[in-house]
Order: sequence, then C-alpha cells, then structure tokens
Amino acid sequence: MRSGRFLTTVVAPVVAIVIAFSIAGLVLLFADIDPLNAFKEMWKFGTTTDSLISTVNRSLPLYVSALAVAVGFKMGLFNIGVEGAYLLAALIAAWFGALFSVTPIVHIALILIVAMTVGAIWNGIAGLLKVKRGVHEVISTIMLNFIAFSLSAYLFKEYFIPESEGGGLSSATVAIPASGRIPSLNRILGAVGIEAGGIFELHGFLVIAVFLGVGYHYLVNKSRFGFDLRASGVNPAAAHVSGVNPKAMIMKTMLISGALAGLVGMSLLLGEYHQYPQDFRPGLGFTGIGVALLGRNHAVGIAFGAFLFGFLERSALILDFFDVPREIVTIMQGVILFTVVIVYEVISRYVAKRTVEAAARATAEEAGLVSSA
Amino acid sequence: MTTVVERPPETRKPPRLNRTTKFILVALGAVLIMTVAELITGSADLTTRGTASAALRLSIPILLAGLGGLYSERAGIVNIGLEGMMIAGTWFAAWGSWTYGPWRGVLIGIAGGAIFGLLHAVATVTFNVDHIVSGVAINILAAGSMRFLSSLVYTAETGGSVIQSPAVDGIENIDIPFFAGGDLFGWSTPDIFGWLENQSWFFVSDFAGILRGFTGGVNWLTLLGLAVVPVTAWLLWRTAWGLRLRSCGEDPWAAESLGVPVLRMKYSAVVISGALSGLAGAFLVLVQSGIYREGMTQGKGFIGLGALIFGNWIPTGVLSGSLVFGFGDALTFRGAVVFRAFVLALAIGLLLLAIYRGAQNRTRVAIVGGSIGAAFLVFYILVDQVPGQLLNATPYLITLFVLAAASQNLRMPAADGARYMKGEPR
Amino acid sequence: MAQAPAIELSGITKRYPGVVANDNVALTVMPGEVHAVVGENGAGKSTLMKIIYGMVKPDDGTMAIDGKVAHFRSPKDAIDAGIGMVHQHFMLADNLTVLENVILGSEPRSGLEIDFRGASDRIRELGETYGLRLDPVLKVEYLAVGERQRVEIIKVLYRGARIVILDEPTAVLVPQEVDELFDSIRDLKSQGETVIFISHKLDEVLSIADKITVMRGGRTVGTTTPADVDARQLAEMMIGSELPTPETRESTVTDKVLLDVKGLSLASPRGGRDLLSAITFRVHAGEIVGIAGIEGNGQSHLVDTLIGIKDETEGRIVLDGADIHDRSVIDRRSGGIGLIPEDRQRQGLLLPSPIWENAALGHQNKRPYATGLWISKKGAKERTAEIIRRFGVKAPSVDVPATALSGGNQQKLVVGRELIADPVVLIAAQPTRGIDIGAQAAVWEELKDARASGMGILLLSADLEELIGLSDTIHVIFEGRLVAKLDPSEVTPEALGTYMTGAAQEVAS
Repeated sequence: MRSGRFLTTVVAPVVAIVIAFSIAGLVLLFADIDPLNAFKEMWKFGTTTDSLISTVNRSLPLYVSALAVAVGFKMGLFNIGVEGAYLLAALIAAWFGALFSVTPIVHIALILIVAMTVGAIWNGIAGLLKVKRGVHEVISTIMLNFIAFSLSAYLFKEYFIPESEGGGLSSATVAIPASGRIPSLNRILGAVGIEAGGIFELHGFLVIAVFLGVGYHYLVNKSRFGFDLRASGVNPAAAHVSGVNPKAMIMKTMLISGALAGLVGMSLLLGEYHQYPQDFRPGLGFTGIGVALLGRNHAVGIAFGAFLFGFLERSALILDFFDVPREIVTIMQGVILFTVVIVYEVISRYVAKRTVEAAARATAEEAGLVSSA
Repeated sequence: MTTVVERPPETRKPPRLNRTTKFILVALGAVLIMTVAELITGSADLTTRGTASAALRLSIPILLAGLGGLYSERAGIVNIGLEGMMIAGTWFAAWGSWTYGPWRGVLIGIAGGAIFGLLHAVATVTFNVDHIVSGVAINILAAGSMRFLSSLVYTAETGGSVIQSPAVDGIENIDIPFFAGGDLFGWSTPDIFGWLENQSWFFVSDFAGILRGFTGGVNWLTLLGLAVVPVTAWLLWRTAWGLRLRSCGEDPWAAESLGVPVLRMKYSAVVISGALSGLAGAFLVLVQSGIYREGMTQGKGFIGLGALIFGNWIPTGVLSGSLVFGFGDALTFRGAVVFRAFVLALAIGLLLLAIYRGAQNRTRVAIVGGSIGAAFLVFYILVDQVPGQLLNATPYLITLFVLAAASQNLRMPAADGARYMKGEPR
Repeated sequence: MAQAPAIELSGITKRYPGVVANDNVALTVMPGEVHAVVGENGAGKSTLMKIIYGMVKPDDGTMAIDGKVAHFRSPKDAIDAGIGMVHQHFMLADNLTVLENVILGSEPRSGLEIDFRGASDRIRELGETYGLRLDPVLKVEYLAVGERQRVEIIKVLYRGARIVILDEPTAVLVPQEVDELFDSIRDLKSQGETVIFISHKLDEVLSIADKITVMRGGRTVGTTTPADVDARQLAEMMIGSELPTPETRESTVTDKVLLDVKGLSLASPRGGRDLLSAITFRVHAGEIVGIAGIEGNGQSHLVDTLIGIKDETEGRIVLDGADIHDRSVIDRRSGGIGLIPEDRQRQGLLLPSPIWENAALGHQNKRPYATGLWISKKGAKERTAEIIRRFGVKAPSVDVPATALSGGNQQKLVVGRELIADPVVLIAAQPTRGIDIGAQAAVWEELKDARASGMGILLLSADLEELIGLSDTIHVIFEGRLVAKLDPSEVTPEALGTYMTGAAQEVAS
C-alpha cells in the first residue's frame, strides 16, 4: 500500500509528462521540426540561473491559483472562477494600494487583505447561488468570470485610471508607492552564493506562497475543518449525517477558495508591476486548474506542477530563435493535463483493486480458511 | 384477483398544464409587454425585425451547443467541454473554408469538434475520469491546440497571426418564400410579414416584425441548426436508437441487463455532441464573423449548457432557452437606449408576475419577483445610459439570472454524471 | 420419453479475489418445474444466477439449456436462449414509461420508428394472460413496489422467456402481495414456463416449489422436495448448524425516559400527504423500541428527522431532558444520539478513506478523535484499534481503506464506532442488512449488551424475526403514522404484516 501511494503521487505524473512530451515531439515532427533539438535547447536555456529565477517567479501565481482550485476540489466543488476573481481583486487592490503610504508591513498586509476580500466576495456569489438556488458552480463561476472581465474593464476606465499630463489616458492604475512593494530576494540569493545575472528579481512573495502552502496542508489534512471538508468531498450524505452542515461547508469553501484566488495576482502586482495595466497577466486562473489536477491537490505536488508549467513557459522563449512556434508549450500543457487525469484514474483504480485484494487475502489468511462470497 | 395497491404518498403526479400552450402564452405576453415598454420609452428597437433577426442569429451557436450537451447528458455523460469543442469547430471551419471553401469548411469544423468529443469520450467512458474534470481538461487542451495550430498555419499569411486567421468565405443568407418575400424557383413571392410590419397596427405589426426578422435574411446554417431540433426530438423519443440512448442516461445498469451496448452508445452520444459543438463553431466563423479569432466563442458553450438546463433537457426547451439568451446577446449590440427599454419591459413583466403569484397565494415567489421587478424599475428611472463595458456582461447576467430562477423544478437524466463500468454493480 | 432438462449445470466454479463464490455447483431443472434455490446471504445463489443469465462467466464447468450446451457472453445470449431474469433490485429506469422499460433492447419497429401501438397491445395481452395488469403509458416512478415487480416479470415474458428466474422476489413484498405473486407463478407454470425461485424464506419456498436445491458456502448441499423436508431441516441444511434465535433475556426496561418524541410531523415538499404525521413514542433506558414497516412508509424520514438533517419539522424531540428539536446535527450527536444508518455505504462510511478516519466519522469534533481544532491521528488510530478488537472487525490494519473490508466487517465497524461512543440513544436502522449470519449474531449480542447497560435503542428493521426477537416494544409505521403499538411476545410475523399494510389498526393496552 505504501507502493500504492508512490504509484499515484510520483509515477502517474511522470508517465503523463512522458506521454505529453512524446505527443509534442510527434507534433513537432509533423511540422518538420526536430523535437530533440528543440527540447535540448529548451533545457539549456531553462536551466540558467536567470531562467530559474524567472521560472520561480512564474510559478508563484500558478501555485496560489492551484491552491485556490484545490481547496474546492477537495470538497468536490469546481471553482473555475479563480480567473475572474484574481483579476478583479488585483485591480481593486492596485487602486487601493496607491491611495496612501504607511509602514511597509502594514501597507502590504492591508493590500493583501483587500485582495483576499474581493476574491472571497466574488467567488462567494457563486457559493450563494449554489446554496440558495442550486445553480451548479461550474456554470456560475464561468459566467461570473465574464462578468468580472466587464466589470473590471468598466471600473478601470471610469474610476481607476489617472489622467496623464499629456491630457490622454494612461494605460495603468496609479503606481503603488514604495511602502507597498514586496522586496526581491536577490540579496538573500547572493548571500547563499547564487549569483543572479541582474535581469530578474526573485519575487519576495515566495515567502508568502510557502506560508500559504503550509497553511493549506495543515488546514486540509490536519484540522477538524479539513476533515469535514474532505468528508464532504468523498461522501456528502455521510458527511451530512456526521454533523457537517452542507450549505455552510459550501459557502466556507468558496470563500476560502476565493480569498486564495484574490492573492493570485499579488506576486506580480506587489513584486513587479506595482500597478494594474490594462493587460494584466490573464489565464492564471485556468492554468491553475491544470496545476491543481497535475499536483493531485497536494501542497507539494502542486509546487512541482507549478514549477513545471513555469519552466515550460520560460524555456519556450528560446524557441523563437530556432523558428519553432513557442505555442508548442500551450499544447504541451493541455496534453499533460489531459493525460494526467486519465493516468491518475487508471492507476488509482489499479491501486484500489490491489489494496482490496490484499486486505481480503490478509483477512482470509487470518481466519484460517477461505470464506464464501 | 389483483387488488390495486395504493400509491405511496411521495409519488409525483403528471403535470397538468400543456407545455405548448404555456409556451405560446408566455411568448405572446412577452411581446405585448415589450411593445408597451417601447411606447413608453420611445425606443422602437425591441421588437423590430433587426433585433429579432440578430437574436435568432446569435441564438444558433448556443442552440447547437445546447443540443450537443443534450445528446451527451441524455446518455449520462456531463459535457463541460462544449466550449473547447466549439473552439475547435471555429478553427477548423475557418481553416477548411480558407483552404477548400465554405461548405467543406462546415464539414471540417464539425469533424474538428467531433475529434475533441472523441477525446472526452475516451476519458470518461473508457477510463471513467470524472466528467467535469475531463471537460475542463478538454477546454484547456482545445484552446492550447488551436493556438499552436494557428502559429503553424496562419502566422505566415497576410491578415493571420497566432490569434486570428485571414478572412474566409462564409455561407449566404436567404429570404424565406411568402413569409419574407424570398424567391421560389426563380419566382418572386409576396412579403407578407413585411407588409404587416409596415401597417403600424399596435402589437400585430410588432409581432409581424419579429416574425419577419426570423424569416428574412436567414442563413442556411440557421435553418440547418433549427432543423436539428425536431430531428433530435424524433430521434430520441420515437426511435429504438433514441430509447436506448436515453436509457443509458437514466439507468445504464438496466440497459446493460437488457443487452444494450451502453459503452458504444455513450461514445456515439459524446462524439455527436462534439460534432454539434463543432457546427456551432463553424456557424460563428462562417455566418457571423468571416474570420477565426482566438476567444471568439466567448463562453457560448457554457451558455449553451445553461440553455440545456433551462430547457430541462428537452429539445424544444433548449430552443426556448437559446432564443432568450440570443435575445440578450442581441441587446448588447443595439445600444443603451434599447437596453433601457428592455429593463423597463422586465420590470413590468416581473411586477405583473408578482401580482399574479400573489393572487395565487404564493407569497414568497410574489415578494421575491416583486422586489426584483421594483429594483429594475428603479434602475430604469435612475440610469440613463448603461456604459458599454457593463452592457457586454448582459448575456452572462441573463444566464445566471435564468438559472437561479429556474433551478428548482428541473429533472435531469437520472444517471447523468454517474460512473458506470461495464459489468460492475451500481 | 425422457425430457431434456430445461437447465443443467455441472461443475460450475467461479472464483473472486479472496473467495470462491461457486464451488463445483450442480443444478438440474426440468421444464415446467418451479425450482427453488435456497441459501443464506453469501451462499453463492446470486453468482450462480448471474452465470445462468450470462452476466458472469464461470471459471469451470458446463451449462446446458434444453439439452444443448451453452456459452453465454452477455445477457443478450441468455435472452435469446429463452432465459429471463427478474432481479432482486429492480432494473427499471424511473423516468421512462412502463412500455419503454419493457421493450428496451428488443424494440418492435414500424419503419424507422418504434411500433408503440404494437408493443402496447402485446403488454396488455401478457398482462391479461398472466394476471399482471399494468398501464403501459405510466412512468415507472409512479408505480408501487408490487407493480414494479410486475413490470420486471412482463419484461421477461415479452422477450419470450421460457425459463424465468426470480431473485428474492418476496424481499420487498407484504404477505398479500406475496400471495398475488404466487398466483402469477402458478399461472406461469400452467402456461408451460419453467420457474427458478431464489429465496431464503423457507416457508414461502415450501409452499410454492416443486423442487428445492440448498446451497451453502458456494456449494450445493442437496436437492429435495417439499414433501420430504420441513422448514427446520431445510434451515439446518442451509446453515449447517443450529438456528440462531434472537430471543430476549430478562427485561431490562426502566422507567427513565431517554427519548421523548411527541407530535413529530414532516410535510411533503410536493404537497399532499405528510411524510410524517404526529409521530409519538418514547424510548426508555434499557429498552429497545422496534419500528416495523414496509420500506417507503416513513422510516427513512423518521431517522433523518431525529438525526437532524431534515429542517422544518413540527413537534417535540426531547433527548435526556433537553429539547433538541431545533438543534443542528452536530449538536444532537454531541448530545448523545448515535446512528447506525440503513445504508452504510451511502450514509455511514467514507469508502476510499482509511478505517481510522471512518471511525472518527460522526465523532470528529470530540476526543479522542480530535483535540481542539485539530484531528488527533494518534488518538483516532488507538480508538480504532480498540473498536477492531472489541467488536471483532476483521481488518489487516487501521490504515486500509474502508472499501477493503467485507460488508459484514464494515457494518461491525459502524456498529462498533457508535457503541463505543456510549450514546444516550442509539438509532439502529437495518443494523444487520446484507451481512452474513456470524456478523449478524455478533451485532445482536452487542445491541443486547448495550441495552443491558442502560442505553436506549430505536430499532428500525425490515427483518421481522429481528424485530420481534430484539424489541421490548414494537410500533408499526404506515404512511407516515404510527398505527399500532404491540407486545413482541404476543405477536406473529403474519399479524405484523397485516398492520404494516394498514389493513388493521390497533393500539395495544
């Protein structure tokens, strides 16, 4: 049974990644491109110190996004609404953060709280619709995403954009002052002996992300709330009878998920952009779903998944030099995701069957005879 | 000899009011209220042929996606991946039309959607992956794949890039003979609805205007899409194949015990749903935009799911839902004035409904409906011009609203979403 | 002239991981015969029938139908050979009509469409011939249990079955419906049909069967006729040892009222008759109160209402002096209500989760399973080990998933976790459903011990022997009302059945 856990958590994603790379290789061959060379170049480029820093930076929002989705998954809820929630939260947080300036820790904390609140409220709407009216959260969260896009476009244009001196409209919100910025970790890297090339700053949000991951793990796996959460995901009827209030559980889950969703954009906002431009990085909510599935809703698995996706995105940039479309990465991410869900299912079923067989054999041996069906 | 056993207290009685009559009454009532709202606001665009025509055109992709979802869910497989299959349809139809011509483009678009339908079937039917997880994966895979294919094919062409194709040829429109004065074997026919519309008779002209909009300048693919509705109803309820398919979604174990090839039927149903979504995508490209653009589906696959739920998993219901959502979509293009008139119409309708329900002593519904109606009335009075960006959110707000209101009395197929493995007990 | 047997099985063996379901089984059924196959839960009868019906392939052995060797790859082959199976758990799609359910897979055509008129006529015709009258256009969800069984039999006859297998057909019927069924079986026999009748109800078998084959532990023990054997001998053949008697010891009922339910009512969400109507009863310390009733008359609603998962009920529920009518589920459980749910897999277990988490289910907010806000894995595992020890749960370790346990051990786990928490009142719904004789006896002992220690138990069961044997008082529930209060020492299963169908309503003094 220990081997069962090894199979599901390690072998399954590895198998999926191998399959994805093979398919991507075939696609490249089909397009008259040498896949091995492409992969080699990607690896070479992706493993430079600068690239690794960039990869970690890219993986931070993916990590938080996947955590947000994973909380829902553990309860059997599909929160596709991380996308809308994080964009709206980032916009409002950017506007809020630029209003004033106080001690850095307080300033940053306040911005984060605002972001979490906006995200929680936005996803909470979907929770409310499910609890009160039985609307399935997949559709409601997706509708809310589109509404969030419109809403943020409106807020952006009407209220949040400053007039620039030239009389025209600028394309981003007012910049957040220095006290609202999370410092980079490059100095710490230097202290440990890693020389950054000076192009990228390692986002300080990494610390917060680690903290979030640890918190997620303890909340979901070790707390009473987490027990109720997971029980509701495995068997809602049994959970209800055991004392879990299903409606309250749905609301709490969506609020927590939404709060995490609100933080998805914070590493970029507070560590790099310091303002909300019109084309704030989209798609992190959807990619987060893939990372959560790849990481099997496990805090460490998600970290690997986020790192992998970030690595793929970063290393693909080199492909421009070799006339290889860098969109090969998007298809790879899609294929990884698709194959991983299938592989997980197959392996889980296999492990479950073997566990039941082993247990049946063990009890039969114990009883000294073979019992009847 | 056989005594009649009394029915247990919880069994449901068959519905009393004929569904078709209800539908006609509601439709007539809605047009009447909108006509009144037009008079009050001075806007003339709610019930014109232009709005109706746009509503019909915008409803077809939603209809096709919803019908695709119908086949799949009636066979027991939840299909969230309709959006991804539609995206595949848009890309393949554009490429097909650009390379071979518009009608071949339609076929290739259908095939593109069907391929992703097949993938969804493999994951859910053979490997028993959770249906929603697989659907989400399909959406991401489809979006990513289309982007990659664009980078291979379009970037070198004029007008093309990673996110759009060059312009492609579409499919032409026709006017229906007699109703809208179209040609019949070369003879020009009288334009009956057009004439009625121009008489300016209260209500009759407005109604005629709507019907004229439905019948004039109508695209072949629109007619094809509408035809799928009665064909689906006939297939699923009057043929053996349809009965077996429905049984897979109601109780696959019962079907299996009677020798129905459940797994094969689920595969067929899901591939069909992919094909219909692909057709929806083809429609978007070849009828509406004349070009492939990334993200052009704009959630219509999900709105199609909403139409399916609103339509209670019945073809005519999906059609009604799609028309409602299509109408909402059309409004965003007509501008803020028309939107205001629509809000007023909604307010009037809801308040009337609240009074009606109150008279029936269903106080809770009456209060809720009444307050929402009052809120719309206040909105109408206070807000003069709804900003463009918020207007864009209308279709999604309508979908949410409709689902929230209708979710209580729905009856989805009993084994929809169930994990079924051949030979294993429930 | 010697007639070929309708069914001849020889040397049939089927193995599953850890068990041999059928071990060298032999069975001979002559045409036109009503042949009963009896055995306890787990004796292998269901597996044998699945083999005959083509749902399962045997590992060894041969099967001959009407003298010809048969290898069935699927139920369709069996149907083509003239075999029809009426399953114990009906295979009917609620949302489809009677007609659609009957013709599914064998639809008559008229052109491209289904010949609805022809099918409808045929169904009515079959109904007349065999006394199984049904309205083809009704949706199955509107039918009562006895009517649904008629649909299942018509399904089989519609396909021209000459051999009809009935799997535990009387499990869900009341005595009156059983009589109607037996009349239909006699009609079938008179029309030349062969009937195989699976049951563990010996008196029924003796009254209807021509021949009886007894199975035990996957093997055939012997074949006999009703003339040659009586119920006691049959039972001993089935079990191989003395019958267990669920008889009560000395009365331990006290005067202290632990659960006082008064006027409990639950309205139906669709209007019409209330699901529960003015339910009033009491459970005293040291007492087992039994609730008898046919499934669907309100037992599940009663349990749901008492445990707290149904809102909007009227009436009073007083637990050990405290009114819990408005309290949440978790408050009631903390207050001392334990629950053995009627469907352990649906309401009582987290199948993929390890046993120690399952032991905590329902008690996850208190020691030793939790301390403060955190789950105590150590405490839970220790408690689980204790449950395993005390209640004889056969499990290799506390970490295996619950799905690895057999049904009987799963039930013992659920019973154990509830009893070890020492509730004030235990609600036991179908506590021995679907488990083997040994586990059943163990559960009965535990319940009796708990009663002797002062617990109050509310027992809901469809097993009339269990109810009569264990209860100190029996109430009968019918259409949401309590219609009789009886003394178990004075009542017989037949009389109980009469109350359960509402034919008689009486309150004992």
